Amino acid sequence: MTRAHAVAATRIGLLLAGFLALEALCRAGIIGKLVMIPPTAMVAEMTALLASGEITGDIVRTFTTIAIAFAGAVALGFVAGAALHAAPRLRRAVDPLLAAYYAVPGFIFYPLLVALFGLNVLPLIAIGLLFAAPAMVIATLLGLDRVPPVLRKCARVHRLGRAETVLHVVLPAAMPALFNGIRLAFAYAFIGVIAGEFILSGGGLGYAIGYAYESFEATRMYGLLLFVLMMAVVLNGALYVWETRLLRRRTRA
Amino acid sequence: MTRLHRADTLLVILGVLLVWQGVFAYAGSTAITAPLATFAYAWGLLAGNFIWPHVGATMLAFAMALAISAVLGVALGVVLGLRRFAGDVAEPLIAAFYTIPKVTLYPVMLLIFGLGLSAKVAFGVIHGTVPVLLFTLTAVKTLPSVYLRTARTMRMPPRDVARHIVLPALVPEIVSGLRVGFALTLLGVIIGEMFASQRGLGFLIINGINSNNVPMTTSVTLIVVVFAVAANGALLALDRQLHHGGRLRT
Repeated sequence: MTRAHAVAATRIGLLLAGFLALEALCRAGIIGKLVMIPPTAMVAEMTALLASGEITGDIVRTFTTIAIAFAGAVALGFVAGAALHAAPRLRRAVDPLLAAYYAVPGFIFYPLLVALFGLNVLPLIAIGLLFAAPAMVIATLLGLDRVPPVLRKCARVHRLGRAETVLHVVLPAAMPALFNGIRLAFAYAFIGVIAGEFILSGGGLGYAIGYAYESFEATRMYGLLLFVLMMAVVLNGALYVWETRLLRRRTRA
Repeated sequence: MTRLHRADTLLVILGVLLVWQGVFAYAGSTAITAPLATFAYAWGLLAGNFIWPHVGATMLAFAMALAISAVLGVALGVVLGLRRFAGDVAEPLIAAFYTIPKVTLYPVMLLIFGLGLSAKVAFGVIHGTVPVLLFTLTAVKTLPSVYLRTARTMRMPPRDVARHIVLPALVPEIVSGLRVGFALTLLGVIIGEMFASQRGLGFLIINGINSNNVPMTTSVTLIVVVFAVAANGALLALDRQLHHGGRLRT
């Protein structure tokens, strides 16, 4: 445990040192005012923005969009993955598509989605969903592949019904891979929605960052940027902690 | 088996084209051009002179970004993998960086590097380095410890250990990482071109949108997709051969 403490302490120290170094460089004018503002100024701006309530609408809009895209991606991805697992012929046909999916820079389709759905939240949900769902499909396939055959045999020996087998044997055994998929789906949905807003949209946090940049409001831009990056790190970290807790409980049981 | 496989792949391509045609039928020519028309237009573009400077600009930025990503990712991955403590400290930070929406960092990149090639390359590098690094790091950590113990028995200097033992053992994982890094670097460069550039394929796409040139946008998108899928296929084949070959030999 002492080593883990040392690792965590070093990590925090490293972050703190980076923060201070950046602060010093900015204050000393080595990094110009136009390039980057001191980190403390970013924090102050972020707090002011949050307290004033002027970005509350954007926050709600962005996170609602992410939540819809994320939930849709997990549900759709899981169902599609399970269906593909049950149909090996179809799966073999779709396999090259899945393998090449993330090789294509997905955002080049975003303008097309805007043309299809109009300039509202629908293309944002669509890009988040399209970006996140295949990760869930792949994770589901992997998870179902890795269920040890002996467990299925065991279920048959106990004469479990189909639903019971899935609920009590297959799903728990596939859980680690499924969680991995959920975590990836969240990261992709978050990236997809924010990037979509940044590229082309009429509202939301990504749009606010782009807007502040284009109107030369560097302070505001860095405040918003800090908030978005912090939310990404905190939410991804929360999912990670939740996952490791659940998995640890499983191995102990 | 392979003939069957090839038939399946053809079916998938056919399915994609059908979906495309369906989207065209639904949305009309203000949003997207039909498959056949797009292929014709793309062929016309590739036969003419207009597109090649843009292809060249994208490829130059992409090649530079990929080279930097590969070298940086492998080097950092090996160092962090061999020095356990540093690796344990850094890994969650790197993983966190992987999950943030890096598109929003684009203004920062522009402010630091200014408009032009270096900003595009830097943007590609921040996208592409992390996957290469993470794959390499994991590979070094799971390296059979007997390899390193043997090296110590033979009193090999660290540089020789890296060159003759660690790197060869890592090649399959590095190729896997490069495949992901390849895709993300391309994404980074193209997105970079979409915002602030006067050249390159990303610029052509966004310019097509702004000037309502639907055939241009759709055709350039098609060219990028075909390039990405082809490169991915080649790297995937190499990847499978290396992993498979490794398993056969041991």
